[in-house]
Amino acid sequence: MAHSNPKLSRDKGRFAGILRHVVGMSLAFLFIAPLAWSFLVSFKPSIESRQPPLPPWPVTGFTTQSYQTLANFGAGIWNYASNSLIVSLATVILSVIISLLAGYGFSRFEFPFKNTLFVMIIATIMIPFQSILTPLFLILTWLGLQNSLAGLVLVYVTLQLPFSIFMMRNAFDAVPKEIEDAARVDGASVFMVLRKIMLPLVMPGIVTVAIFAFLASWNEFLAALILLTDQDKYTLPVLMTAVRSGQFGSVDWGAVQSGVTVMMVPCLVLFLLLQRYYIRGLTAGAVK
Amino acid sequence: MSSVSLIDSTARISKPRRSRLLRKQRIGLLFVAPAIALVLLFFVIPLGMTAWMSLHNWPLLGVPKFIGFDNYAALIKDGRFWNSMRFTAFYTIVITIVIFVVAFPLALFVEKPRPLAGFYRTAYFLPVVVGFGSASLLWAWLLNVDAGLFGPAAYRLGLTEKPLNLLANFNTTFWSIVVMVVWKTAGFTMIILLTGLQGISTDVQEAARMDGASSWQRFRSITLPLMRRTIALALILSVAGSMLAFDQFYIIANGGPRNSTLTAVYWIFSQSFVSFRLGYGAALSMVLLVILVTISAVQLRLLRNPEGM
Repeated sequence: MAHSNPKLSRDKGRFAGILRHVVGMSLAFLFIAPLAWSFLVSFKPSIESRQPPLPPWPVTGFTTQSYQTLANFGAGIWNYASNSLIVSLATVILSVIISLLAGYGFSRFEFPFKNTLFVMIIATIMIPFQSILTPLFLILTWLGLQNSLAGLVLVYVTLQLPFSIFMMRNAFDAVPKEIEDAARVDGASVFMVLRKIMLPLVMPGIVTVAIFAFLASWNEFLAALILLTDQDKYTLPVLMTAVRSGQFGSVDWGAVQSGVTVMMVPCLVLFLLLQRYYIRGLTAGAVK
Repeated sequence: MSSVSLIDSTARISKPRRSRLLRKQRIGLLFVAPAIALVLLFFVIPLGMTAWMSLHNWPLLGVPKFIGFDNYAALIKDGRFWNSMRFTAFYTIVITIVIFVVAFPLALFVEKPRPLAGFYRTAYFLPVVVGFGSASLLWAWLLNVDAGLFGPAAYRLGLTEKPLNLLANFNTTFWSIVVMVVWKTAGFTMIILLTGLQGISTDVQEAARMDGASSWQRFRSITLPLMRRTIALALILSVAGSMLAFDQFYIIANGGPRNSTLTAVYWIFSQSFVSFRLGYGAALSMVLLVILVTISAVQLRLLRNPEGM
């Protein structure tokens, strides 16, 4: 038997280990390569980026030419990048505040229709927002918020609420009630307790809510495409789609890839920094 | 539950104190009010409006006219809508199978705490956090015949006689997008499956190994049955997501070639916001919504009632 020979079995184990890493690394290459390709090509000079990206890195020297081209589209890339940033940050802040309050309310208080309201909020996750886009368009028009970043933010926050409130209620549920009671006996108000005592304890939940809200709103395409009609108001995904379809003259693939890089990098950096919180949010639903 | 004990204790206290406590409890309503307001205004009301609008001839400008179920009668005869539904269903089935075939081995591969397992998990997951819009723009370029990667690379390797335009016919367009979506979402399913795998106690696996069960037998008789709920969840997420596919088909293929990759959401989008038939778009939305909720409900039942348990 092979296992009776310790040297042979050790060699076999080492071989399996090497094979595993060969497979693992090849797969890692496949998953990362398209991202790296896009990133590298964005630094090629214009002429080079019209050719197939073989090799992907700039052969005749790194330039930021593609980014400069990108800066000249429409109202300038900074305009669109700040649109995206404003929308995302506002969505993050509002989602956090509203779900923090609602999570606290659902976790700690008894009031009429509590369960009905909770189920109503969570149930919206079952219904695709794509099917209510037309009425959303009309409601925002009536409110004077159509074609505005504020309107888009309100829609994004609403879409984030079921997940966020679910997360925050669980976060509050995990805090022992005694901690709060002690503070209440000392005469602290409800809001004081929430701010001074509960807030630090539910911080991990807040980070999870924030990172999901950021990624969702930074990357969202369809609602932005429909609700923003003014070119100056476009967010990055809508702008870049317009660039790609040639609305700003012939398609400059170098510029498109520099746009993709601008959209991609914040997501990747945030994820790598806050991976723990992101995965926690993902698995919260899977374990429950 | 803490709330139950609180009600018990209020029952024992004198009346004025009790009403004060109740009032304190009602503050909870204030805490949830902003969330409720948003969900009502931007979800519940629009949902009702979709149903209401679907009974109207509703132009973008001008007065809506009530027409009963005419929109529904029209959509039954709308061949392009049913083509898009058929295509969406086909895409959903294909993509769900391919994602599971890719993600399950990945999850098994990164499950054990071996050297570099953490790095592999992160690497395979990275494309998930990139948006569908960015990923589609990236792949639209990779698939481009002149300045892209795949066509020219195959040509230079001598695999094709001239650079192949992958977006020129249905099959290559469809499978290119399938590859792109698998690249983008396999890591997500992998993580979901991973949480299920990690929930299985190692004792059970170890005991089966002692009894001489092969790794395939262990996978079939222990891992799969114990992961039923996780698999169902991953399935629901994959099906619901794919039924609503839009970004990748709009950005990469523009619904082409010859409208062969129009998805249901794409058709609704073009009826509502290109042709501005808002009432008709609402009727299409209602149909899609009913189909999706039905599918999810069926899957949820499977998730809730494991047979034989």
